[in-house]
Amino acid sequence: MEHIRTTKVEQVKLLDRFSSSNKALTGTLYLTATHLLFIDFHQKETWILHHHIASVEKLALTTSGCPLVIQCKNFRTVHFIVPRERDCHDIYNSLLQLSKQAKYEDLYAFSYNPKQNDSERLRGWQLIDLAEEYQRMGVPNSNWQLSDANRDYKICETYPKELYVPRIASKPIIVGSSKFRSKGRFPVLSYYHQSKEAAICRCSQPLSGFSARCLEDEHLLQAISKANPANHYMYVVDTRPRLNAMANRAAGKGYENEDNYSNIRFQFVGIENIHVMRSSLQRLLEVSGSRGLSVGDLYSGLQSSGWLRHVQAVLGAAVVLAKAVTTESASVLVHCSDGWDRTSQVCSLGSLLLDPYYRTVRGFMVLIEKDWISFGHKFSERCGHLDGDPKEVSPVFTQFLECVWHLTEQFPQAFEFNEAFLLQIHEHIHSCQFGNFIGNCQKEREELKLKEKTYSLWPFLLEDRVKYLNPLYQPQAQEFAVLEPNTVSFNFKFWRNMYHQFDRTLHPRQSVFNIIANMNEQNKQLENDIKDLESKATNE
Amino acid sequence: MEFAELIKTPRVDNVVLHRPFYPAVEGTLCLTGHHLILSSRQDNTEELWLLHSNIDAIDKRFVGPLGTIIIKCKDFRIIQLDIPGMEECLNIASSIEALSTLDSITLMYPFFYRPMFDVIEDGWHSFLPEQEFELYSSATSEWRLSYVNKEFAVCPSYPPIVIVPRAIDDEALRKVAAFRHGGRFPVLSYYHKKNGMVIMRSGQPLTGTNGRRCKEDEKLINATLRAGKRGYIIDTRPLNVAQQARAKGGGFEQEAHYPQWRRIHKSIERYHILQESLVKLVEACNDQTHNMDRWLSKLEASNWLTHIKEILTTACLVAQCLDREGASILIHGTEGTDSTLQVTSLAQIILEPRSRTIRGFEALIEREWLQAGHPFQQRCAQSAYCNSRQKWESPVFLLFLDCVWQILRQFPCSFEFNENFLIMLFEHAYASQFGTFLGNNESERCKLKLQQKTMSLWSWVNRPSELSKFTNPLFEANNLVIWPSVAPQSLQLWEGIFLRWNRSSRYLDEAYEEMVNIIEYNRALQAKVNILRRQLAELETEDGMQQSP
Repeated sequence: MEHIRTTKVEQVKLLDRFSSSNKALTGTLYLTATHLLFIDFHQKETWILHHHIASVEKLALTTSGCPLVIQCKNFRTVHFIVPRERDCHDIYNSLLQLSKQAKYEDLYAFSYNPKQNDSERLRGWQLIDLAEEYQRMGVPNSNWQLSDANRDYKICETYPKELYVPRIASKPIIVGSSKFRSKGRFPVLSYYHQSKEAAICRCSQPLSGFSARCLEDEHLLQAISKANPANHYMYVVDTRPRLNAMANRAAGKGYENEDNYSNIRFQFVGIENIHVMRSSLQRLLEVSGSRGLSVGDLYSGLQSSGWLRHVQAVLGAAVVLAKAVTTESASVLVHCSDGWDRTSQVCSLGSLLLDPYYRTVRGFMVLIEKDWISFGHKFSERCGHLDGDPKEVSPVFTQFLECVWHLTEQFPQAFEFNEAFLLQIHEHIHSCQFGNFIGNCQKEREELKLKEKTYSLWPFLLEDRVKYLNPLYQPQAQEFAVLEPNTVSFNFKFWRNMYHQFDRTLHPRQSVFNIIANMNEQNKQLENDIKDLESKATNE
Repeated sequence: MEFAELIKTPRVDNVVLHRPFYPAVEGTLCLTGHHLILSSRQDNTEELWLLHSNIDAIDKRFVGPLGTIIIKCKDFRIIQLDIPGMEECLNIASSIEALSTLDSITLMYPFFYRPMFDVIEDGWHSFLPEQEFELYSSATSEWRLSYVNKEFAVCPSYPPIVIVPRAIDDEALRKVAAFRHGGRFPVLSYYHKKNGMVIMRSGQPLTGTNGRRCKEDEKLINATLRAGKRGYIIDTRPLNVAQQARAKGGGFEQEAHYPQWRRIHKSIERYHILQESLVKLVEACNDQTHNMDRWLSKLEASNWLTHIKEILTTACLVAQCLDREGASILIHGTEGTDSTLQVTSLAQIILEPRSRTIRGFEALIEREWLQAGHPFQQRCAQSAYCNSRQKWESPVFLLFLDCVWQILRQFPCSFEFNENFLIMLFEHAYASQFGTFLGNNESERCKLKLQQKTMSLWSWVNRPSELSKFTNPLFEANNLVIWPSVAPQSLQLWEGIFLRWNRSSRYLDEAYEEMVNIIEYNRALQAKVNILRRQLAELETEDGMQQSP
């Protein structure tokens, strides 16, 4: 609380950034330890979590007061006018302090108390069990086994403890391979396709430089191919643009030389790095957030930002994976540089295309736990949870959610969940209200004792499950067993409901989705009513 | 002329048809006077039944003895026919070219079409001006029907009956007609019952360079204002274009002579600019190989959505002046037959719940497009593929339908019709078995005796079996003014039209069907609950009666 100098300012105006009529709502602004709160004269409340604040800007003083513009990580932009400059300055300074925490322990999750006891909290954390998930996929089996090589995070700090590897890969091979891979992230199983007996594996780039080899690594890849009885060759997909991968060789890193590995088919899929993605989305938001935007501005901004091109590349890579598995029964090994950004995107989307389970509410949580949280996507750095290096911040996970959204648009009946579910998850990767996304890898999370000190998001989402259900979902439809999305450019659209989710004036005024969802719920009620009435009638 | 003369080869076997999303089929190709038909060999079922008038352009190619004809349709579909034999192929191609560009309207299919259905209601009499006027006359006595144009002598592009201020007699109307482009004197387009304000439309005033005036014109326009009220004149042209028009004898209303009116200039494009925009858009949509940058830049360069935004913005402005400011409005551009009609009809969609019903929308098209003299024959002569590029070809009506679709997307429960209804209207405006969209105005339609010789589109559409395809299951009548967002982020490419033949819509169609199922199931359940409740209540009262002494 020491950062808060002013807790309440009256007669503050809230401007609508898109309304042409310059209409403003007058109300009172409150600053609490966790939130900024604005209550307008209709008593409507706008809550903004400090952790959601990406930037605060104080603009030049005007006749009506001092403008304060707050940009949030959930793409809310609010424009206040504070009557006295002094107050504005105090709030500005407080928000600067409150929105950037230096220590994990100061994040909201460590003080958030949803009134659950310890056993409820524990049960919440146990809701998603990855061991169960690997079992569901069909491992361990005669070809794949659980390895304890990383039991104490010894060979790879950023991997989970439980890793699945080919049964014939011995521990020395694994250790040897890990030494030849960036950050020790050696090839392990991400998804196992039971009926095709094919695997999606993931790792980081090899430390091959211009000519280095590693026999253990070559063996491990061979073991992965051999673990697939249906197909003797495997694909190695480097998700980076060729040029980037080649440049990495000068730093002693690089990519697999096809000559050194037997039976691999190597290919690049050209997804750009986190820095390109960060500035791409920034550029897009600058354009779409400007006032008096013309159609031409929007489309040239979409083009120059490159955002949709990047989304298309990520989804395209996932399609490559799914095709290799379904049409060739081939296994695929995916990596980028460190194997925690692009690799997480592509592996999780590939699995989502292949396995309808990941398109359910629960399955989607499992997918995020597996390919993102457990495999060490650096959520805290990418989301800027703590005051740190801004160059580590990047919307990689947001981009993944956008790819999923594009799939829901093409296959409206293939997903159990709806858009609100995606938006809610996005809200919470930044909110730091729950422990799931805090930290950068499992080791760090254990050290932070998140399971004892914070709550898991998933039980809270499941409690509200009805809100996130897609009324058109067809769980049994065979045509959705494997999704084959159309990736021709015209299928990609600006995701207004994400990037303008708080700009209500831009949205349709009537929601087909809500009506159908309500009707679906009502139908269940009516079915019960009919049963009751019929039994009453026969009893009469 | 006999069609037989144009058909050199009426029938070719072993023709292979390629269409988007269907496997290729082999069959027999037949040419009739109005259709191109392909029946598959196996079971003699028709695989393709295409109106010649739907053909916009054809290309031919030869590889050895195998000829290929690529047919580009006005509805943007592209199909390919592989025809064995160079001579047959050339004959077919030249026949199609001749038959798809017949210059006499009376040779068109509507004059030969014999309906296979019973006509329940003759669409030619569904929307009579007198009946439409009754909707207003109950609310106001300030307006009257005028028959001054009975013989189409005062204004060749107006219908015989128009609605004008009661205070203005026919003699004055004749004088005003002489002062307005094409004789299009100001007439009533819409009466806003809520506050008695109106939308009028006309052609531009013929002020010329020396600022000619017409007292009757000023009197007519002022007659629509209540005491002390001001009105708006919306000129759909930018000021400089309106100024240039004076050199050609046209012009705009000078403030000095119309002191109670405020003039606002908008810039809605017309003619070849729209046509080029359509050509570019369709070209962009048809190329599946475009990378993202190219696709986005082509979509932007087409300017199609910019036109949509401009038209919708102007319609919103009109609706706002009328509903919020309580001001009457006169709209015109140059002729008053294109952008003017887009704006008057869209303003009604925004303001008037009736125009969002199926019959109300049909009435709107009848009133604001057909009767109002939008030259359909000229504007819809060709579509996006033809190279002729005549000045008068322009997708004005398609842009209007696209704007309606944009509003429908934003208010999916406020329209009685669905997207298919708009697509159907687009198709029939360009090629049809019905006479509704033939001719350029009422006068031409009368001379063609369309009512006697052809069937009305409405006769077919308004049959319950057809209507069900066009009905929006989400519709809930509301009496509100609906304000669409015109922000670029709120506007979308109309995929149902422009990507229709470029990607499979199977999953989207199935999702739509599922939505319909949920709604119908809901209705069935509600009905059943009501019946059961009633039965139960009856049982209870019977019980009560038996128990009572």
